Amino acid sequence: MDNIQKDLLKIIADMDGVTGGAYNIRANGSSAARAVTENVEIKNKTDRDGIDIIIRPGTVGETIHIPVVITESGVNDLVYNDFIIGDDADVTIMAGCGIHNCGDDESRHDGIHSFFVGKNAKVKYIERHYGAGDGKGDKNMNPTTVVSIDAGGYMEMETNQIKGIDNTTRVTRASLLDGATLIIREKLMTHGTQRAETDFSVDMNGEGSSANVVSRSVATDNSVQVYRSNINGNSKCHGHTECDAIIMGDARVSAIPEINANHIDASLIHEAAIGKIAGEQLIKLMSLGLTEKQAEEEIVNGFLK
Amino acid sequence: MLQLKNISFSAENEDGKKEILKNITMDIDDGFLAITGPNGGGKSTLAKIIAGILKPTSGKIFLDGEDITDLSITERAKRGISFAFQQPVRFKGITVHDLIRLAAGKEITMSEACDYLSQVGLCARDYINREVNASLSGGELKRIEIATVLARSTKVSLFDEPEAGIDLWSFGNLINVFEKMYSTLGGTIIIISHQERILNIADKVAVLQAGELKSYGEAKDILPEMLGSTASVCPVLTSNVKGAE
Repeated sequence: MDNIQKDLLKIIADMDGVTGGAYNIRANGSSAARAVTENVEIKNKTDRDGIDIIIRPGTVGETIHIPVVITESGVNDLVYNDFIIGDDADVTIMAGCGIHNCGDDESRHDGIHSFFVGKNAKVKYIERHYGAGDGKGDKNMNPTTVVSIDAGGYMEMETNQIKGIDNTTRVTRASLLDGATLIIREKLMTHGTQRAETDFSVDMNGEGSSANVVSRSVATDNSVQVYRSNINGNSKCHGHTECDAIIMGDARVSAIPEINANHIDASLIHEAAIGKIAGEQLIKLMSLGLTEKQAEEEIVNGFLK
Repeated sequence: MLQLKNISFSAENEDGKKEILKNITMDIDDGFLAITGPNGGGKSTLAKIIAGILKPTSGKIFLDGEDITDLSITERAKRGISFAFQQPVRFKGITVHDLIRLAAGKEITMSEACDYLSQVGLCARDYINREVNASLSGGELKRIEIATVLARSTKVSLFDEPEAGIDLWSFGNLINVFEKMYSTLGGTIIIISHQERILNIADKVAVLQAGELKSYGEAKDILPEMLGSTASVCPVLTSNVKGAE
């Protein structure tokens, strides 16, 4: 593995040198390194490109790293990863994709991740997207996440994409059984002429299930963002979706939240706000001695922290 | 020394031009100045003009002899003017620690943060990592706002109605904050206030009414005169106030 790949791994997966626990590193379209543990099995799919990550019931406290790095220009990578999280397990999964494209051809990674969260299992899923390299080739990522949470299960998903990715369409689909909980926190920043589209859809099918989908984003320059969320309350449940965006320069942002109550005891809320940085926030920080540009940076950094 | 020379400010409204400040001239020496007067008298406008948030329609401002009339908010801040807003600003994501760090202009330790926050009656451990957002009450925000001015420690500190929204039983602490600030920092402390207890600790008092500087001088000369004629603007008020005495 070369230094660029190591740097990308550090950024997207906090992987610095050897990491304990199970991992699978995919580089330039093929598997580069793998480790398993007693409780976490990783095996190649036989019918298509991708892996199955099987976490034994009751596994507690393990962190599994599943990063992807692309450092060659012109790589077009499509991969299917299935995560099977056993009942009562409590684990953290760090996935992410780093593209370093110095060439002029498109580099692209489309990951389709399916999560099967067992009864009363708890999983924290962290996904980071990062692009670097000054070639003309586009750095594109289209992650699809499909989640099904069994009774009493809990999943927290953190997804970050801070600059660097030219085109992204991220699709998340989730279905929740009785007492299941899903929390999604998205952080997104686009610049230049980047385009980022987000599409969340959550079906709360089980009694007492709940979902909270929160997105914070900053769109600068000429970039374009579209946020869609669709929360369906099909049972007694609580759903909340919130999209909060700062718009700068000539950027454009659309927020299209949808909530559907299909049950008398479904309680659903959506909130969406888009606006430029408030003038009084800039004035306050300037009165502390910051220039307008520094004030803007502090406000944006805080917002996406 | 801060000098205001013939400061006027007018704003457009639906009835045409409204004069908010009329030809204000003041030499403000080091020490403790309280600016008071009825609502709508132009006090906050004057503070914003000193901080550079508003530009006067005419007139000049000098700081230690330098004409700062055309300097930006940032440049005035760098020259040593601090301003605690009447209505503190909320930020999503920026923490109390961030704000105090930015105010101090350097990284601050937990014990330094504790020093500033404890002076305004907040425990650093409970507040340092909280976001300066809608989860904080008006009184908490107000205290944090004052702490940022303490952290800046500049030669001119302006407070626009610092007591507003702060519960009365910690009011004594607030007075202590200004007294301590004055004794350790020196410089010029300007407080816009309606509170007699704040006026009582001032060296000098200025009364702004309907955009005019009605009186300005030593607190011991101004206060008895002012408090004796609180309601002199309106005969009904005067008789009501007298009746209540």
